Amino acid sequence: MARAVTPRRKAVNTALAWAVGLILFFPILWTILTSFKTEAQAIADPPIFLFFDWTLENYAIVQERSDYMRFLWNSIIIAGCSTLLGVAIGVPAAWSMAFVPSKRTKDILLWMLSTKMLPAVGVLYPIYILFIQLGLLDSRVGLTVVIMLINLPIIIWMLYTYFKEIPGEILEAARMDGAGLREELIHVLTPMAIPGIASTVLLNVILAWNEAFWTLNLTAVDAAPLTAFIASYSSPEGLFFAKLSAASTMAIAPILILGWFSQKQLVRGLTFGAVK
Amino acid sequence: MSLRNALCATTALLTLAGAATAENLVIATVNNGDMIRMQGLTDDFTKQTGHKVEWVTLEENVLRQRVTTDITTKGGAFDIMTIGMYETPIWGANGWLVPLDDLSEDYKVDDILPAMRAGLSHEGTLYAAPFYGESSMVMYRTDLMEKAGMEMPAAPTWQFIRQAAAAMTDRDNDINGICLRGKAGWGEGGAFITVTANSFGARWFDEDWNAQFDQPQWKEALEFYTGMMAESGPPGYATNGFNENLSLFQQGKCGMWIDATVAASFVTNPNDSTVADSVGFALAPNSEGIEKKSNWLWAWALAIPAGTQKADAAKEFIEWATSQGYIELVAANEGWANVPPGARVSLYENPNYKDIPFAQKTLDSILAADPTDPTVDPVPYVGIQFVAIPEFAGIATEVSQEFSAAYAGQQSVDEALAKAQALTNDAMEAAGYR
Amino acid sequence: MATRHSRSAARLMMAPAVVLLLGWMLVPLTMTLWFSFRKYLPLRGGDLGFVGFENYGRFLSSSSFWPAVQTTLVIVGGVLIVSVVLGILLALLLDQPIWGQGVVRILVIAPFFVMPTVSALVWKNMFMDPVNGILAHLWRFFGAEPVQWLSQASIPSIIMIVSWQWLPFATLILLTAIQSLDSEQLEAAEMDGAPPLKRFAYIILPHLARAITIVILIQTIFLLSIFAEIFVTTGGAFGTRTLTYLIFQRVLENQNVGLGSAGGVYAIILANIVALFLMRIVGRNLDA
Repeated sequence: MARAVTPRRKAVNTALAWAVGLILFFPILWTILTSFKTEAQAIADPPIFLFFDWTLENYAIVQERSDYMRFLWNSIIIAGCSTLLGVAIGVPAAWSMAFVPSKRTKDILLWMLSTKMLPAVGVLYPIYILFIQLGLLDSRVGLTVVIMLINLPIIIWMLYTYFKEIPGEILEAARMDGAGLREELIHVLTPMAIPGIASTVLLNVILAWNEAFWTLNLTAVDAAPLTAFIASYSSPEGLFFAKLSAASTMAIAPILILGWFSQKQLVRGLTFGAVK
Repeated sequence: MSLRNALCATTALLTLAGAATAENLVIATVNNGDMIRMQGLTDDFTKQTGHKVEWVTLEENVLRQRVTTDITTKGGAFDIMTIGMYETPIWGANGWLVPLDDLSEDYKVDDILPAMRAGLSHEGTLYAAPFYGESSMVMYRTDLMEKAGMEMPAAPTWQFIRQAAAAMTDRDNDINGICLRGKAGWGEGGAFITVTANSFGARWFDEDWNAQFDQPQWKEALEFYTGMMAESGPPGYATNGFNENLSLFQQGKCGMWIDATVAASFVTNPNDSTVADSVGFALAPNSEGIEKKSNWLWAWALAIPAGTQKADAAKEFIEWATSQGYIELVAANEGWANVPPGARVSLYENPNYKDIPFAQKTLDSILAADPTDPTVDPVPYVGIQFVAIPEFAGIATEVSQEFSAAYAGQQSVDEALAKAQALTNDAMEAAGYR
Repeated sequence: MATRHSRSAARLMMAPAVVLLLGWMLVPLTMTLWFSFRKYLPLRGGDLGFVGFENYGRFLSSSSFWPAVQTTLVIVGGVLIVSVVLGILLALLLDQPIWGQGVVRILVIAPFFVMPTVSALVWKNMFMDPVNGILAHLWRFFGAEPVQWLSQASIPSIIMIVSWQWLPFATLILLTAIQSLDSEQLEAAEMDGAPPLKRFAYIILPHLARAITIVILIQTIFLLSIFAEIFVTTGGAFGTRTLTYLIFQRVLENQNVGLGSAGGVYAIILANIVALFLMRIVGRNLDA
């Protein structure tokens, strides 16, 4: 509904939007800036905004304390694999719900969402014991599966709304031309569904990346992702704003960069299909 | 299938063969400065023994929840756990820890401070070796004290502390006379208010495990604390724990700080502290007319979960990390002021360490604490700032939350005490004590 | 359009997801139910036998239960209101032609990418700290007494932190919904002389109903289980103990798994009441 507006109006809107944007972004900006300060400058009164002696020492200290790359790698593997696995399971399910709906489709969908409502901490002991018995404790495989299951309802639901957008006539036409189920899926549906799938993947990578209960409680060394990395900086000794900022920046930077690059895709994709 | 079995067997054999030479130890620890330092020095251990070490460093609360889950379910995620004086006897009694009764001759187990050794044992058997030990004491700014025209006695009373705090407070210059823990959590503000209450003659339980928050001593202690903090404490002290106060003190915003003796090396370290040159020390205070002082006893210690396959290598690590040799290693690398304190008698006999300004006060504070006789009136429990029963952590955390709400002015001291009384008795009933 | 052939194929394709989720629901649920009837104290030797409904009674009669339910609802409701209201305003603003739209949009979504733990740590230490926090500096700059956020305005503070994380999500969905609005209709209304407020109330808001429902549904699911934000900032003190946090305390701090499990069952019931309520609305809106 973009309409022509007077330049004056546009200027006012621009100023307002930028102001709001900067306020919302400020905590992140401040964290990143603080990570380059010395501890003394980090708590300077009045706060120093830009004119401080930029230093990388906090990053060096954090890296020396904990091997960032190992945590990062685990985060990438777990977030990536759980999302891919979830999509692989979710696409067929969402497809069938969208194109072969039955009376119960909506109930099944809502039931799936409701599985997310069980408070995780209540089942920590049962799941922990289960993991011990299956030998999955501190393993990427176990964690990937758990994170996948946590996000699967959201994946299916998002995909479902996208698929529903695809007009049925196109499928019918393809079928008329003699396309089988396979061809229909691969040649007709997939190209149309790619944008939706892409934004589902993005959103779920973010959710998986930020999951902090199971990733912390089911890991020790081998599978510990960045959420465990940050757990050792919650309250270190004494003056620590700069080090905390450096660790925080390291923990969120990869996902922030991914998010920025895919911003357009995410904006387009978050329509949840049929919000129109 | 048979091929897979064969493979498995081979792997198992290889693992076994490897066991004799080199292990990979997984150690869960807390993110305190001394432990971080230890991580930096583990190469020395690897060089000596060939064993590799993997660290899981977590913030104190997360660490507790993580290791407790693992030990109670026999998860085996860790080969060594860093635990405290509260957990050790309870876990030891449950048979969850490997007894440390066969440590080598060189280790000199008798050199461990008797108070620490007793606190980390169950029925005379040592279950965890102290990495460092602490009591609590007064740390104060000598320059501000002088400016206020007062002199800190070696063993001050609470009444003196309050007076001095008021005299040192200078709100315009952002100086608070006293900084104390108010943060909820049994190991944070809970520990502090418990020792304070001890020094006012209060106790957690009577001999029949009835909660004692309805007694006048608790009320007196709590009112004294909130009154003093309102006069001279920093804003928002209800959310301040050890680290927040350390940070404030290092920035020069506190006149006095009563907290763990290990903090002494942080506040006197010129790299981190703006007031390093002007810090004095005194014993933790008692209330006038009451003999018990408000100092606690704590140790962070290393323990081996029962059932680990790597008990021998784990013991080697513990012997390395808590030995006199390790202390010398730290001293060579970082100076004597930064060695882990409070664990060994020999450290306090070492002439190099005697020069450290806080050494003697730390030792005196530790010696003044007796976990078997923590209160004025008799109690059925062991422990000074805690009660060594499994239920305590949960109860005390909730109680301290009520207290913190009172510090923040959300409820009165009387309301907080009444709630504490009710919830403690409830929980003790549920646990079958009453 | 569905043939029998495709129907059975559809079942087959749904099967893995349904079976997995059924397992993921049933296994923990059964275990929670089982433990909730037992005296299970890990620090006192584990499972000490059947106790009937004792855990349920104890959890319900504890003085912390109703305040926890109330706190949960206040926090969830507060965040929903803040994120939906501000989300609509922000979406309306971002929909206007402005210079640098792409960059502004990035700035606005960024908080959504931040880990809850990190955001809680940053807010608590660097913003809300009453001595060294940015907000305290700001307050002092204007000559005001700094607010002791986490102790004296604990629930608003937590709502603020969580809303900051979820506002981008709400804004994005609402923005796409606004963009799909038929501009001719709006222009016609403008021509007819309808004032902006009326245009908003009669054209835009009804159009957004569906998007708002979706925001509410998705966010509620996540908000009911917020944990890190409370754990890091207040540790459940100052009246910020939600039901999830209370269960955490029972299971991990009190080490009473039976009692915690009974709490878990109550939490499921509460979640389902909320869900039922939501799905009534959403269900209607989803058919549109």
